[in-house]
Amino acid sequence: MSFFRFKKKKVRKDVTGQGSDYGILIYENTSEVIRAETILRSKNWKIKVMGPPPEIRTGCDLVIKFPLIEQLNIIRTLEDNGLVPLQIVPVNSPLLKPVDLFNVKDFGKYLMIRAANMKLTIDKDTTTIVNISGGGCPDIPYLASEMIGEQLSKAPSPRKIGHTLCGYALQLAFDEAKNRCLQS
Amino acid sequence: MLAVIGTIPEKDFPLVAGEVNLQGEGIYIQGKRSAVNRGTTALLASVIKTLSMFGQKRSFAYLVGDIGLGDGSRQLYEHLTKHLSISDFQTIVFHYLQPDTDWCQRIMLTMEEMPKRPTLIADAGFMYAAKMSGQAPKFDLFTPDTGELAFLADEDAPHPFYTRGFILHEDNSIPELISRAYSNDNAAGCLLVKGKKDYIANKEKILSMVDYPTEEAMEAIGGTGDTLTGIVSVLLEETGMDIGDAAFVAARVNRLAGHYARPTPATQVIDIIEHIPRALKEVLGSRLFSRNNVEKVSCKDIS
Repeated sequence: MSFFRFKKKKVRKDVTGQGSDYGILIYENTSEVIRAETILRSKNWKIKVMGPPPEIRTGCDLVIKFPLIEQLNIIRTLEDNGLVPLQIVPVNSPLLKPVDLFNVKDFGKYLMIRAANMKLTIDKDTTTIVNISGGGCPDIPYLASEMIGEQLSKAPSPRKIGHTLCGYALQLAFDEAKNRCLQS
Repeated sequence: MLAVIGTIPEKDFPLVAGEVNLQGEGIYIQGKRSAVNRGTTALLASVIKTLSMFGQKRSFAYLVGDIGLGDGSRQLYEHLTKHLSISDFQTIVFHYLQPDTDWCQRIMLTMEEMPKRPTLIADAGFMYAAKMSGQAPKFDLFTPDTGELAFLADEDAPHPFYTRGFILHEDNSIPELISRAYSNDNAAGCLLVKGKKDYIANKEKILSMVDYPTEEAMEAIGGTGDTLTGIVSVLLEETGMDIGDAAFVAARVNRLAGHYARPTPATQVIDIIEHIPRALKEVLGSRLFSRNNVEKVSCKDIS
């Protein structure tokens, strides 16, 4: 068993590599993409969440980019978790990368962390989330109502209750806030 | 009449269309209540507070529950394609809706059948869809923040989450981003860009800038852009101001309302909304309070 695991790791391709053949997994909505991403990452698949190619964009989309050579294994993993994608499409053109930007503003008692278009502000003393701003997708007011007033360690994760790209960006800010404020 | 189209962050909130009023910290429509939070409820609360200074208490709205799955938004889009063409709204504000290019195009086609073209304003999710579907020039006003402006300026970005880094770079100036957005036909007739300094611009030039009063904490407070969109929408509906002047006045009023609230980064938007009437009175003074009474006001009179 350990031999096969070793062999499997050897053949996995890093999808960031140039010129590798890859495909994308397409789901009905962003929350399914986020769940599939969580499952695949937990199994150590080297996948990336990206923007879809122009021909399949509808407005608030994420897709999962994966090495085509691993399609059967990845689909099996997803089937086991009830997350079969709507489509699997081979892609050879460049995909959009999510914004990779973190900006931190220190207000003294409060710390504001911006990830892409989302900002999350916490009380540094209590690690309580005091504000969420930015974004334009409908889950942001919902996420704000669920998260504000909660401590970072107890707040629901946007990954679990969010559904859109703005929610995904808020997760990045949430992760960064945890990294900065919950380190012992 | 002014109509606001948006979503309520509650899964089971039904699709409703009707007059909205504000009581305490909640909006009420057809017997349903929703707490004023960031998003469309904040926009509606600011609309009603601003309308109150013109002797009115209610606004019209189309609302539906949507927590991000898009199901409510799609239900509302379909409803609009059946009902909007026979309406006679003077001003329509599209707000927190699931960005969807196909539905955006269908809504635009529907509005072409309206007896009189309304003033069209878009913010948040519907602004994303308008840009991505190539419909941006058909709108009269967009109210992006600086991050959303970068998205408008990036002709390849389908959502602010994908704005390319070279465009989002801190050194890029707002005027350059505005120019780039217009050069790619990704901006409305007028832009009111919310930021450390607010910019009001059209395709030709920067019309005005507002940077006073400044409250650093406002950046952290969710919903302050929604209140600004609400204020400018009412000014356009209730006065004879042109869009650039209304945007200028709204930016001043929104900043002043924030200032009066003595905000910290933990302040909630409802605490700012309460101060809108006082701020409006401060900015417009005796020019206010009766319909069409402020038609000759321009930003030159205010500054």
